[in-house]
Amino acid sequence: MFRYIIRRVLLMIPTLLAISLLVFTIIELPPGDYIESYIAQLEAQGEAANPELLDFLREQYGFDKPAYERYFNWVVGMVQGDFGFSFEYHLPVSEVVGDRLFLTILISVATIIFTWLIAFPIAIYSATHQYSWGDHGLTLLGLLGLATPNFLLALILLYFANVVFGTSIGGLMDPEYLNQPWSVDKAISVLEHLWVPVVVVGTAGTAGLIRRLRANLLDELQKHYVVAARAKGLPQGRLLVKYPLRVAINFLVSDIGHILPHIISGSELVAIVLSLPTTGPILISALQSQDMYLAGSFLMFLSTLTVVGVLISDLALTALDPRIRLERGAES
Amino acid sequence: MTPSPGNGAVVEHFVSDAPFDPRAAERLTPEQERYFMASQWRLMWWKLKLHKLAVVSGAFLLFLYGTVLISEFLAPYSVHIRNTGFIYAPPQRVHLFDDGKFVGPFVYGMDYRLNMKNLKREYTANSNRVERIRFFCRGDQYQFWGMTTGSLHLFCPAEGGALFLLGTDRLGRDVLSRIIYGTRISLTIGLVGISFSFLLGMVIGGIAGYFGGWVDTVIQRMIEILQSFPQIPLWMALSAVLPLSWSPLLIYFAITIILALIEWTSLARAVRSKLFALREEEFCTAAKLMGAKPARIIGRHLLPGFMSYLIAAATLSIPNMILGETALSFLGLGLRPPITSWGVLLNEAQNINIVVLYPWLMLPVVPVVLTILAFSLLGDGLRDAADPYK
Repeated sequence: MFRYIIRRVLLMIPTLLAISLLVFTIIELPPGDYIESYIAQLEAQGEAANPELLDFLREQYGFDKPAYERYFNWVVGMVQGDFGFSFEYHLPVSEVVGDRLFLTILISVATIIFTWLIAFPIAIYSATHQYSWGDHGLTLLGLLGLATPNFLLALILLYFANVVFGTSIGGLMDPEYLNQPWSVDKAISVLEHLWVPVVVVGTAGTAGLIRRLRANLLDELQKHYVVAARAKGLPQGRLLVKYPLRVAINFLVSDIGHILPHIISGSELVAIVLSLPTTGPILISALQSQDMYLAGSFLMFLSTLTVVGVLISDLALTALDPRIRLERGAES
Repeated sequence: MTPSPGNGAVVEHFVSDAPFDPRAAERLTPEQERYFMASQWRLMWWKLKLHKLAVVSGAFLLFLYGTVLISEFLAPYSVHIRNTGFIYAPPQRVHLFDDGKFVGPFVYGMDYRLNMKNLKREYTANSNRVERIRFFCRGDQYQFWGMTTGSLHLFCPAEGGALFLLGTDRLGRDVLSRIIYGTRISLTIGLVGISFSFLLGMVIGGIAGYFGGWVDTVIQRMIEILQSFPQIPLWMALSAVLPLSWSPLLIYFAITIILALIEWTSLARAVRSKLFALREEEFCTAAKLMGAKPARIIGRHLLPGFMSYLIAAATLSIPNMILGETALSFLGLGLRPPITSWGVLLNEAQNINIVVLYPWLMLPVVPVVLTILAFSLLGDGLRDAADPYK
C-alpha cells in the first residue's frame, strides 16, 4: 500500500513534465516576444525605446538564449518557486497570483462538494424510482442544466439580479475587503458571496454527475447480490445503504478526475463573466496582451491542480474500495 | 402426443393430407423475416424511431441545418446593414388586427426619442403607422454564399418601414438576421470540427488499439495529459496565439482545428478499447493471414463493426465544440467580426450595464441552448439505438 502511494506520486513527475513542455510550446508559439510588443507600445505613445534598456531586458529574461535553455530555466525556476516575471504588471508572477490561486481552489472544492450534495440524493431517488414522474422531471431538469453553458447562466443570473433585486452578484467579497489582508470578516464576506459562482459552475457538473450516477446505480441495483438480499427480506432502506450506496460513493470519488478539469474550466469562464478575483480574469488579460509567462504559469497551475486532484481521488479510492486495494496490494 | 383413449380401443393411424414441408418449423413470419434481414443501419433507425425525443431533436437539427443553406433568403436584412436611425431599437410585436380590422401580419412604426435625462434611447410604437410585412419580396442585396447576387427575401419590412422582430444592436443591425447568419457559422463549426477530431480519433485510437504494446502506452499517456488540462483555458491560450493579421476564413479553420485538437481524445479512447477486443477475433486473424496491411484491417474490417457507436459518440461531442466556439468568441478570443457566430453576437452582451438596458442582446443564448439540448438528446437516442444489447 505504502509502496503504491510512493509509486503513484512519482508517476506524477513525468506527467507534469510533459504538461510543462506543452505549456512552454504554447508560450513560445506567438511570433516575436514581449520586448517587441513593448517597443511597439512605446512607439505608439510617441516615445523612443532606449536600446540599452531593451538589451538589458532581453538579457535579463533570457530572450537571447535558445528555446531549450529557456525551457530548462523556466522549469528549474518553477521547482524553486520562481515562476518568472509578469511583463504587464512588472511584478514576479507569484505576487500577481497571490490570493487568486487560493480563491480558485476554494471555488473548485466548494463546487465539488456542492455537486455531490445535490447530485447524490437526486440520483438515488431517480434510480430507485425509475421512470416515475419525479424521475422524468428531474431528468429533464438535469438535461436543461447540462445544455445551459455556465458562462451564459452567469450572464442571465447577473441580469436578473440586476433587474429584479437591483444588486450586482459579481465579485467574491464586499468591495471594502478588496486588497485587504485576510481577516475573519473578509473570510465571512467571501463565504457570503461564494454561493453564486458555486451554483453557476456546479449546475452543468451536477447534471452530468446525476446522469452518470443514476446509470451506475441502475446497473448495480439489478445485480444478483441485491436481488438476493431483497429476497432474504432486508428492508429497502437498509438494503440501499448497505450495498449500492457504497458503490455509488466509490463512483463519486473516482469521478473527480473526470469532473475536475470541467469545474476548473467552468470556474475560469464564470470568473471572467462575474469578474471574480480569481485566476480567470488575469489569465485572459495575460493571454490578450501576450504576457506569456504569466499565462503559462496559470496554465501550469491549473493543470497541476487537476493532476493533484486526480491523485487524491485515486488514493482515496484505494482506501475506500476493497477490490482496488486487493488488486493494488498484489501489484506492489 | 395424443392421449391414450383407454379401454383398449385401437387408435386409428393419422396421416395429414397437407403436403409435406420440411422447413415448416423454421419458417419465419413476414415481420420476423423483415427483422432478421434488416441491415444494421435499418435496425438502428427502427430503434431510434421509438425514442420520440431523439426524433424530434433530429428533426429540429435538420431544420436548423436547412436554414444554414438559405440564411440569406431567410434573414429580412443583410448581415452588415446598419440602420442608423434605429440604434438599440427594442423587438417589435407582430399584430394581426388594427382597430378590430384584420390587416394580416404587420408591425407599428416606431418613434424615436432621446431621453435627455438619462441619455437612453426610447422607442415607442406609433399606432397610426401600420407597416405590413411583405412576403417573398425584394429587399437588401446580398451575395448568396458569396457567389451570386440576389435580393429575394422570405419576408421584409414595408416599403420605407422597419422590421426588427428581435431588436437591433449598437450599430442598428437587426438581431434576428444576425442570429440567422450566426447559425451558419456556429453549426458548421461543430460539424467541421467533429470531422477533424473524428479522423484524428480513429487514426490514433486505431493505431493504439491495433498495435498495443508501447505504442499504446505512449498514446494513452498523451491522451491522459491532454485530458488533465482544463479544456477552456487551453483553448483560450491556443486561440490567443493566432496572429491578428489572418483573414477571417483562416481564423475560422484555425479555431475548428484548435477545438478538434483537444476533443479527439475521448473518441480515440472509445476506438482503442473496442479494437482491443475485436482484433482477437478470427475474421481479423484471417485477414492478417491473407496478407492485409494493418491500415486495411483497421479501416476495412475493424472500424465498420462499430461505426454506428462511433457516430453516436461523435454526435454527443458536437455540443462541446459549439460551446467551445461560443465561449471563445464570447471572450473575444475566437472568431472575430465580420464573421458572425452566436458567440460573436454574445460578445456584445458581455457588458452587464448594456444588457440591463437592452436585454434583447442576450437572445442568441436561446439558439445555443436549444441546439445543445437537441444534440445531446439525439446523441443519447443514437447511442441507445446503436447498442445491440438493448
